[in-house]
Amino acid sequence: MISLYLEQPTWLHAVRASHKLLALALITLVMMPFADLLLWALALFATLSLYATLGRPAWAQLKSYRPMLWMFTILFFLQWWLASWQLGLLVVLRMSTLILLANAVTITSTLDDITEVFLWLMRPLRKLGIATENLAFAMSLCIRFIPILIAILNALLDAWRLRGGGKHYWRVIAPMVIQSLVFSQHVADAINARGGLPKQ
Amino acid sequence: MSSKAFQFKTLDIVQIALFAAIMAALGLIPKIDITANLPITAQSMGVMLAGIIIGKRNGFFAIFVFTLLALAGLPLLAGGRGGLGLLGTGTAGFIIGYPIATFATGLIFEMMKKLSLPVATFLGSVLGGIVVLYAIGVPGLALNTSLSLADATVAMLPFIPGDLIKAVLTTLIVMSIARGLPEQFAHRR
Repeated sequence: MISLYLEQPTWLHAVRASHKLLALALITLVMMPFADLLLWALALFATLSLYATLGRPAWAQLKSYRPMLWMFTILFFLQWWLASWQLGLLVVLRMSTLILLANAVTITSTLDDITEVFLWLMRPLRKLGIATENLAFAMSLCIRFIPILIAILNALLDAWRLRGGGKHYWRVIAPMVIQSLVFSQHVADAINARGGLPKQ
Repeated sequence: MSSKAFQFKTLDIVQIALFAAIMAALGLIPKIDITANLPITAQSMGVMLAGIIIGKRNGFFAIFVFTLLALAGLPLLAGGRGGLGLLGTGTAGFIIGYPIATFATGLIFEMMKKLSLPVATFLGSVLGGIVVLYAIGVPGLALNTSLSLADATVAMLPFIPGDLIKAVLTTLIVMSIARGLPEQFAHRR
């Protein structure tokens, strides 16, 4: 399964995921109320400098944000038209800074580390009686299911095209869901035969 | 809220994982051209389908799992987007709203037991998958882009026709699932 994670280790990989997420949350909370253009320009510069310290692969990953430039352009002119160019610039600077900062955490932390932090954050939910260990199990099961579902979908799309089905691709969704529901019963039986859901 | 409502059987957990995966697969379906200038993506139909097919509680957790995995860095959203950066984008409110809209869709669908399956599906999809989703998504858009609530609402209006079409398609899909797998809706008669 492809994730956005950068394989090549950097200094930011060595920082614990929980610390990076805490830093991200704090920076976002503290910075959000400020509406100073110079401050946000500096923040964007600092964020880009952070990427510079992460090396080439991190810079290369930034290219995937190219489609966002369109959105920023539209947003800038929309705000200019509705309010002022200053507000347009502020919104674009703020959004790009926060998105890139969050992206830096994503590309330097493994999926396991981040989901572990999420599960830790969800621990209070146990008081409500939600079995969070079961949700963690659902998350890893889902990661296993995604390639299977993509294979089912591709087989159905191939069959659809082969029969000259046209552009109404949505027609493959019903058979995909039916196949999945039948499959889910088999998987549940297999898990029960092996002792059922993990318990903590 | 009683804790019994949160006890999962094995099949519940498997279906939660499976619908999270279905939601991911829907992001890969080519854009559907209903009319020449109105291409729609299939992914938000996952919200409507999950609420109706596996119910409000399991549907909520399925889309919740999907959202967590996307935020954790899997490129699961249509167009290969993922990661924590999503929370800074204009669509953040919609992504956070997905699980809640799924719950609402399932809840409304279940409340309309007396209506026929297609009518209940369509109403659940429109009220849960569109009204509730936009009620969370539009303030999110306004917050992240400094647009006023009114302007953010106007900015989202062009997407309403596509979403109504999705509610119709969801209804057609649910009807063919009910034909292919009658036991799934056996409790509604």
